Amino acid sequence: MSGQAPTVSQKSMKARKPLGKQRSNFRKYKALYFITIPGILYFIIFKYLPLMGSVMAFQDYNIFKGFTGSPWVGLDQFKRMFTYTEFLRILENTVLIGLYDILIAFPVPIILALLLNELRKVLYKRILQTIVYLPHFLSWVIIGGIMIGILSPTTGIVNQMLNAVGIKSIYFLGEDSYIRSILVGTGIWKDSGWGTIIYLAALASVNPELYEAARMDGANRWKQTLSITIPAILPTITIMFLLHIGNFLDFGFERVFVFVNSLNEHKGDILDTYIYRVGLIDQQYSYTTAIGLFKSIVGLMLIMIGNTLSKKTSGEGLY
Amino acid sequence: MNIKGRWFDWCNTVFLTLVGCIMVFPLLHVLAKSFSSSKAINAGLVKVIPVDWTLVNYKVILADTSIWRAFLVSVIITVGGTAINLIMTASLAYPLSRPEYSMRKVVLIFILITMIFQAPLIPNYLVIKNLHMLNTLWALVIPSAISAYNLFIMRSFFVALPPELIDSARIDGAGEMRTMWSVILPLSKPVMATMGLFYAVSHWNSYSTALYFINNRALYPLQLRLREIVLSNDLGQAESLLDGVNEVSPAGVQMAVIIVSVLPIIIVYPFLQKYFIKGMLVGSIKT
Repeated sequence: MSGQAPTVSQKSMKARKPLGKQRSNFRKYKALYFITIPGILYFIIFKYLPLMGSVMAFQDYNIFKGFTGSPWVGLDQFKRMFTYTEFLRILENTVLIGLYDILIAFPVPIILALLLNELRKVLYKRILQTIVYLPHFLSWVIIGGIMIGILSPTTGIVNQMLNAVGIKSIYFLGEDSYIRSILVGTGIWKDSGWGTIIYLAALASVNPELYEAARMDGANRWKQTLSITIPAILPTITIMFLLHIGNFLDFGFERVFVFVNSLNEHKGDILDTYIYRVGLIDQQYSYTTAIGLFKSIVGLMLIMIGNTLSKKTSGEGLY
Repeated sequence: MNIKGRWFDWCNTVFLTLVGCIMVFPLLHVLAKSFSSSKAINAGLVKVIPVDWTLVNYKVILADTSIWRAFLVSVIITVGGTAINLIMTASLAYPLSRPEYSMRKVVLIFILITMIFQAPLIPNYLVIKNLHMLNTLWALVIPSAISAYNLFIMRSFFVALPPELIDSARIDGAGEMRTMWSVILPLSKPVMATMGLFYAVSHWNSYSTALYFINNRALYPLQLRLREIVLSNDLGQAESLLDGVNEVSPAGVQMAVIIVSVLPIIIVYPFLQKYFIKGMLVGSIKT
């Protein structure tokens, strides 16, 4: 009996001690704790509150009844998504545009970085870098405006060149057969120069002795590229690829919304533009929130699958 | 082999020069058109050098108050928004870099979750609506006050500062606030510049938030006004001005508006280049 008493008090002492420490830590560094309050509140209000609000995807949300008054409908909104042919067409657009983007746009910065890396004249390389980074800083509205001007059937330079060789003017943005190429192509123009930065940094960190040794062995530049450079930047490529895959369905509202019009939306409309039109304009709140959730979950799954696969094959991963 | 190598160098230089030309050509083309007469534009004479040099397109813009209003709105959002961004981001990033801040791990995970899982548009819209921010400029600034990505970049900068600095300030009797003000802040100019430019460019270029949250046309930022002008051929006030002068074409005016809205970016581009690249590499190494 008497033997037990001290152990209890010891236990409570142990439990109290860190708490006391904690309290004095709070007091000592109260300025540190104090200035984080606005930031934490920001994340709660503008990130966590909307996340909680996403439960409306399982409701038939009515703006007058609010979250508590609106009826719960389970997975009805999700079921509704897959019975709409319009939704399925837009999902197909999103997936196809995303696929084209990965197949065509993703490798461009890698190739561009490899070529820039081979340039011997440092000054010229720097000038070119300055030029190719520039389009990254232009807004999609500006790029849209420039492209609409260039592709215009009457005053656009592309059609004038086509006319010069005897081809009739094409209304590129007025037909749905060009919209996907325009969307992916303008992305390449805007961001592939910028995308080289990360690969150039990876290339700069390759040990120059490796190249020297390869040269001694008689390897030419092509062979050096294949057996030294590419393996050296492969981890970077893998990471970039995984990040890209996670954003697979997030092609970007701003990009698509400047190019899509009633003539080409059949093949150009993506989930984000659909959510804006049907959700915000037509006020189908629950339905489009279900679509948004679906998008986030697919993105999360893709990144997890990609990460597992890449860890198994190459040992590289995001986490 | 030497000849082969030289041949490759030559081809590579030519190819990359071509890529460079493709990158700048559209901009030069727009610039040339903005200074050309409508006759020359419609006849397709303008490539990269203005034909029939004229300032008439810019005169039309100057006369259109809605464009200047939108320009002003964008300046306010960019300057005010960036200031809010920097204060909010720094005041959260700095404590998160200090081991003395005992909630460090919890808060970091709390923020990381918001990067992985983002709420759909409508719940965000309803939050802003319930805060009565719709149709105010606050809606363009407050909901994007902290970018988690930028926060992590800033934090890694603070983590890299030598801890002796803080220790010696404490020995000198400075409190936490004072240490922040007179020791940490002056040292963090480079990261502040980088983050400031990151935020400023995204404020200047964004139009989707204004499209979602602003209905009042008097509060349209430049990008949204520009979108109307270039996409829907809606020149608004400028249109009535066009009727009087028939040497002006919508195409020319559109190009001039594009130049006006690109100008601020071009002016800061030299700084951008210096800081953006640094910031981007810091971010990529840490993630």
